[in-house]
Amino acid sequence: MGAGGERTEAIMREIASLRAKRDELDSRIRFFEAQLRVGGASPPSTLPPSLSTKLDAMGVHAAAASGGLSPDMVRRYSRQLLLPEFGVQGQRRLSRSSVLVVGAGGLGSAVALYLAACGVGSLGIADGENIMHVEAYVGQPKVKSASAACRAINSSIKVFDHHLKLKSKNAVSIVRQYDIVVDATNSIASRYMLSDCCALLHKPLISGSTIGLKGQLTVYNHNGGPCYRCLFPNPAACQSSSDNGILGVVPGVIGCLQALEVIKVATRVGEPLSGRMLHFDALSSRFKTANKIHQKSSTCTVCGSNPNFTQDDFMMFDYDSFAQSTKSSNKPTPSLNPLPKNARVTCREYKRLLDSGRAHLLLDVRPVHHFQIASIANSVNIPLHELKEKLTRLRDALSEVADVSHGKHRPLYFISQRGDDSQVAVHILRENGFPYASDIVGGLESWAQEADPGFPVYW
Amino acid sequence: MHLTLEFGGGLELLLENSTKVHKVEVPPQDGENMVTMKGLLSWVKANLIKERPEMFVKGDSVRPGVLALINDCDWELCGGLDAELEEKDVVVFISTLHGG
Ligand SMILES: [Zn+2]
Repeated sequence: MGAGGERTEAIMREIASLRAKRDELDSRIRFFEAQLRVGGASPPSTLPPSLSTKLDAMGVHAAAASGGLSPDMVRRYSRQLLLPEFGVQGQRRLSRSSVLVVGAGGLGSAVALYLAACGVGSLGIADGENIMHVEAYVGQPKVKSASAACRAINSSIKVFDHHLKLKSKNAVSIVRQYDIVVDATNSIASRYMLSDCCALLHKPLISGSTIGLKGQLTVYNHNGGPCYRCLFPNPAACQSSSDNGILGVVPGVIGCLQALEVIKVATRVGEPLSGRMLHFDALSSRFKTANKIHQKSSTCTVCGSNPNFTQDDFMMFDYDSFAQSTKSSNKPTPSLNPLPKNARVTCREYKRLLDSGRAHLLLDVRPVHHFQIASIANSVNIPLHELKEKLTRLRDALSEVADVSHGKHRPLYFISQRGDDSQVAVHILRENGFPYASDIVGGLESWAQEADPGFPVYW
Repeated sequence: MHLTLEFGGGLELLLENSTKVHKVEVPPQDGENMVTMKGLLSWVKANLIKERPEMFVKGDSVRPGVLALINDCDWELCGGLDAELEEKDVVVFISTLHGG
């Protein structure tokens, strides 16, 4: 792209940013206009004062116009106002509440949208990442896309973007501004951080999480219920969603349920999921609620009877290493002896071999479902964990290829996604008497960057 | 003793065919006439877990991040390792999730 193209792009960016600012100003104007309507002077009373006093004594009160809700609010929320459990009081409490949604991924965007639609007073969204999944917003902060969707669905509420990653250093000042916090983050470290912060500031925390086709939901720090640490004093080694697939509706389901719990906590209607935990299994369409989970623990370091965890401790606490500490000990990665140099080729070197048309075998050791998404032409899939058992049969095929290559070049190459498992595979072959295998350095991630820009990137 | 065991949150991946629900007959431990959670855990480890047992147990107990529920109630409220199981109890093991 030439200099002219770059300039056009810069102008487009400027326009987009100005438009976003204008939208934000518009929504604030609309909010204050709505406030004027809500707070409008009530009409003078037509009741004789003596009757008014008598009625008051009976507990019967003359109506304030629309129960204090503006005509716009009545129109907008009439369906939920008609719910006897919810009613005007529920709506009023909701309109006065402020909710912070931390994380604007699958969970957070669902929660935020429903909270905006039902009319919470102010809604904050905090996320430090840029977007990959909403076409119109690719490359922009996730919070911008999420907050724009919220403003589009309800311009009468306040929506605040916090385009930053919430950390112990900056969390207190932001969390303090809100009544209720939603955990829609995606790491163990941020989950401990947010729970500790909410426990210190006595804020209820609506916690949702998903991996793959499963989801969980509970409410922490509410009505004497437990905090995250009461339940899980030590971090667990578990899967991360970035390494695993996820079906968008699953966080959608859990996010909607989180919004529901927020509404219940904010309006004091119903029975929030405190001291209980809901589990959702999408494959079998089963919800399971553990009705009595661990109560608030008296020995909890953060919310117990002798908590010795102050705000200063919190600010200094290194959540990343805390979350890592047990991860590494529970899930040891096999330490590999480095492969000799001649047992490794770069993607470019392998590309040359491929283009030369010389006989060889390329084994792809990724899981089958990865291989099915995208693979190099003529490569053969043997998932790493099946390699050992298939070795005997492989040996015959390999010696054939080795004969054809006449020892002039190496006959066998391994590739994996990042280039780690392929090294493990080469080690396995070397240990089993087959020294002629090479791994392709950097795996398919490098292949897509250096050799084949058209390779479908799914990671 | 007849028990129903359920594994969730990814723990089912440690079992044969990733089966989530197991109806099992668990014998009392040596020298006892009942099944405790401690006994059940070692029975599960020996009879059901096919791979990476460290993702399920740590020492005598479940590893951090695993919730155990006896009839929908947190096992720590029922006595933890010493909790005595009864005929037809449903014991659920669920690993905590953290993705969003
Ligand atoms: Zn606690």
